[in-house]
Amino acid sequence: MRALVVDDSRTMRRIVAGILERQGFEVLQAEHGEEALAVLEEDDRFDLLCIDWNMPVMDGLELVAAVRKNRQWRNITMMMVTTEAEQSQIVRALAAGAHEYLIKPFTPEELRAKLELLGLVSVKELA
Amino acid sequence: MSLSPDVFTYVADLVQRRAGIQLDAGKEYLVEGRLQPLAKEAGHPRVDAYVRDLRVAERPADVQAVVEALTTNETSFFRDGTPFRLLTEHIVPALRGPNGSLPRLRVWSAACSTGQEPYSIAMTLADCVGPDTSVEIVASDLNTAVLERAAAGEYSRIETNRGLPSSMLVRYFDAEGTGWRVREQLRRQVTFLKHNLLEPPAFGGQFDVVFLRNVLIYFDLPVKRQVLEHVLAAMRPGGFLVLGAAETTIGLDDGWERVPLERGAVYRAVPRVPAWGLPTATSPVPVVLPAARGPLTGAVPRTAPPGVLPHARPAHVPAGVPAPVIRPITPAPVRGETR
Repeated sequence: MRALVVDDSRTMRRIVAGILERQGFEVLQAEHGEEALAVLEEDDRFDLLCIDWNMPVMDGLELVAAVRKNRQWRNITMMMVTTEAEQSQIVRALAAGAHEYLIKPFTPEELRAKLELLGLVSVKELA
Repeated sequence: MSLSPDVFTYVADLVQRRAGIQLDAGKEYLVEGRLQPLAKEAGHPRVDAYVRDLRVAERPADVQAVVEALTTNETSFFRDGTPFRLLTEHIVPALRGPNGSLPRLRVWSAACSTGQEPYSIAMTLADCVGPDTSVEIVASDLNTAVLERAAAGEYSRIETNRGLPSSMLVRYFDAEGTGWRVREQLRRQVTFLKHNLLEPPAFGGQFDVVFLRNVLIYFDLPVKRQVLEHVLAAMRPGGFLVLGAAETTIGLDDGWERVPLERGAVYRAVPRVPAWGLPTATSPVPVVLPAARGPLTGAVPRTAPPGVLPHARPAHVPAGVPAPVIRPITPAPVRGETR
């Protein structure tokens, strides 16, 4: 499994990447939407994009829309990982083509639960 | 600081009597951890002293609090996904009438904890049955505190992040404070009631589907049988029972037959008929005689009343349709005095 973490905060990229790596993902990082698109143009073998909303140059919503436009990338799962907590924002992101939405701050278990939901990791039975 | 053996034995016995849940030796840490907040609240620094105090008076409210603290309330939305998919893909289609109609659907979510399961059922059904189906979901639990939470339908962000797809969240919930609340339209479909599975349900029967997941695992054999018996009595014949993935009715109760659906632990209530296969006046449903399987042998031909033709299909039933339904036989009328 390969994931691309797109966030302008280095700390946040490291946190998300760390959780994903513990779940067995190979993780690459990008600082904003445009850089993410450049990475994808180079090599698009990604299963998951974790995308922050507010970023310079190109924000997360624009990135989601750009990825959705390209038919070659239709199998890539996109999850917004953002502090934007308004219900209307979630609706906008899903309408643009995001598959899941995780509000910051979150625990590693919550991120893992989202990965289960997306079928990217096996379901861990609750205790 | 471990629990004294006498205190553990007393608590284990109490939970066994009140909730049918078995606490084996080695679960002292669980008892201590779960009862610590209650002990603290009652002004006891140690669980031992709290339990000994409780034992003297055995006040119902305190006993209930102890039982509630020790019964597991672990749950999440769409827990283990498969049962909800099977509900949509197999169970609901199987419950539809020959013309696809489904006027009414009654579902019981037993041991529903904080409500994630019944609301997940409600969301699933909202997507797979139309407005022509009246959906009623009864959700029960032993624990009054979790039922109150469930009925309020308020969940933290952590709870909604576990198992609930964001698309469902925005369709069926409203943001409230830092968490989310189930919309009224969905809350209205679910009735929350206190019920101990060791007792027959007082809220009527004829359920089409019962979710009883990850409950039987906590019970010993006689209690498992008793619980299954209560559930069976509350079901419509042919109704579906959904158990946890690691649970089964096999070897416990022959009132069920397993429905072979991939990973799902789904069972179907077998219509109850007397051993010799004929309906009685008290049979809950018409019984279908297996006419298509050839002539019956044994007691049926000898004892069947006039009107039952075990060897032949009635002429008006076209070939290829299911075997004819034999109506329940009313008791023989009491004869008048012979003169």
